[in-house]
Amino acid sequence: MEARNYSPKDFRSDIKPVWCPGCGDFGVLNALYQALAKLQLPHEDVAIVSGIGCSSRLPGYVKTYGFNSIHGRALPVAQGVKLARPETTVIAVAGDGDGLSIGAGHFPHMARRNIDLTYIMLDNSIYGMTKGQMSPTTVEEQPTKTTPYGMVEDPINPVKLALAYGASFIARSFSGNIKHTVQMIIQAIQHPGFSFLHLLSPCVTFVGRDQFDLIRSLSVDLGNEHDPTSVEHAWRVAEEVGRISMGVIFEADKPTFEQRYEHAKQLAHQAGDGDFRNLLKKYRVAA
Amino acid sequence: MKKVMMGNHAVSYGARLSRVQVISAYPITPQTQIVEELSELCARGELEAKFIKVESEHSAMAACIGASAGGARAFTATSSQGLALMHELLHWAAGARLPIVLANVNRAMGPGWSIWSEQTDSLAQRDTGWLQIYCESNQEVLDTTIQAFKIAETLSLPVMVILDAFFLSHTYEPVDIPDQRGIDRFLPPFQPKVKMDIRDPHAFGALVTPEHYYEFRYNIQKAFERATGVIEEVGREFGEHFGRYYGLLEEYEMDDAEIVLVTSSTITSTARAVVRERRARGEKIGLLKVRVFRPFPFAAIRQALSGVRKAAVIDRNISFGHHGIFFSEIKSALYGQPDAPRLFGFIAGLGGRDVTPETIHDIIDITQHESKPQQDIYWIGLKSAGQKATAPKTAAVK
Repeated sequence: MEARNYSPKDFRSDIKPVWCPGCGDFGVLNALYQALAKLQLPHEDVAIVSGIGCSSRLPGYVKTYGFNSIHGRALPVAQGVKLARPETTVIAVAGDGDGLSIGAGHFPHMARRNIDLTYIMLDNSIYGMTKGQMSPTTVEEQPTKTTPYGMVEDPINPVKLALAYGASFIARSFSGNIKHTVQMIIQAIQHPGFSFLHLLSPCVTFVGRDQFDLIRSLSVDLGNEHDPTSVEHAWRVAEEVGRISMGVIFEADKPTFEQRYEHAKQLAHQAGDGDFRNLLKKYRVAA
Repeated sequence: MKKVMMGNHAVSYGARLSRVQVISAYPITPQTQIVEELSELCARGELEAKFIKVESEHSAMAACIGASAGGARAFTATSSQGLALMHELLHWAAGARLPIVLANVNRAMGPGWSIWSEQTDSLAQRDTGWLQIYCESNQEVLDTTIQAFKIAETLSLPVMVILDAFFLSHTYEPVDIPDQRGIDRFLPPFQPKVKMDIRDPHAFGALVTPEHYYEFRYNIQKAFERATGVIEEVGREFGEHFGRYYGLLEEYEMDDAEIVLVTSSTITSTARAVVRERRARGEKIGLLKVRVFRPFPFAAIRQALSGVRKAAVIDRNISFGHHGIFFSEIKSALYGQPDAPRLFGFIAGLGGRDVTPETIHDIIDITQHESKPQQDIYWIGLKSAGQKATAPKTAAVK
């Protein structure tokens, strides 16, 4: 195959994004173009699968395979793509409403299955596409159209969930910091197994411009003292209050679904169960 | 009091006047404003109800089921994909005989993703055991929402109030809001026949063997057979209270009509204007609006179309491999009737494409011109192969 030299703009599709001016998702899109170029991934070897919501418009803006699938179902659809086309780099994109509300049930199973795909959650803590209702990550002091006088429910902490579910890679970034986001996307894609990237991406329209400033002011870099192979360290980050740590929070070396599946096949073969005729013999009734 | 409001808010006001007690919903375009307004009314204390924004439509209907079984007047609203996700629980609500009211904004199903109007979402739920009432105007939306609770609670069956995406949901029209005292007289508080009550304990949703299940189904069907009468009675009573009468169907210029257009929802308003125009030219055209789809008003349809020469049914929906859904239901109602009209089936306006007066004129012209239908389905306004679609460019997937 001829060598191709991809630049970020090679991944730009000819569809103009319809996000609001100033939307955090532009930063994610830019970072994704750069990450795909840095990885030199051919267009045809990448599939981006989304659910429904503002963030789920993203696949249309990237020149790779793209799926704008069903609300909450980015993960199971992405899983299907990966099983059918294992050589493809599969990226699932979901929002906080998409991935932590209607589609939350898929998250634990994808994590424990450890299928080799990347799950990027664009968290703006609001339902932006339906114009500003509370989401599972809306915080108490943030009024929304369905909670005009403030939240009456506790927000979900997606990193805690990912840790509890056994995700083998967990990172966090902020779309206002494109350079960092590029790094995190690259590492998430390179990680073998299920990788979860919690990507804070503000909604300027329904939360407000302050969301950028607030996240920036709370952001801290995970320093060298943080050991991402330590579950304890990771929990400490997940539990932190009053600041938002950015970087690779957790990374474990765990066999992927694909590897374990192959292993099971080998065991079956060694046991002789792989041969259909042998199986039939077990059920033969004497004439 | 008259107020100019969008169709979605007409639903909200209807629910508020009905003094709903539990509202459980999930956002989806183009429904969201219904529950947004209700959440605001709850938060301000103008409505004594518990409002919960749950994690999916499936959960929304589940919470309504629990609330209704608990003895509360329960309400939700959804659209399209959301209604499809509720499907399992729609069966449950009806099977459990819970008088839940649901407002569905008719929106086309994906893919390709569409937020525009089409009836296939609600019509696909026709066998779930829900009554279905289709609305033509925002006034009808508000009035029907209130009547829906009375109908539902009389029959112990859930009712779906249905309105077109954007043509009603987001369109502002003057709506007369009945006063609360009048509504309280018309719709007394919910008195559940069975509820969670320590003095009269019941189990809910238990396993039912073939010994009993069959009779449960028979009872539901019997309730549906009573429903046509109940809907008419409630519509009449509403008229006595508030001056606006409602029935199963609505006839316009039907007395000596030779050709009758059969419509539902907002297409009716356009058709009415066209019929008026054709009448002015001396053509004997009439219009029949189908308001109630479940229970299907067999007798009323037969009577209304008896002696009519030709009828043209306009469907903004399709049952693939079959017909427009209103068309096939009307056809089955007319089977074996000696004086039934020749029935023409038209599909129009799928995915929210405009059904303009020209579209209706075309339909009348075809029906006038042909002595009997030349096609199983007439697709009106279909772009021919040579014609370039003007739809916006969608994501290019290579």
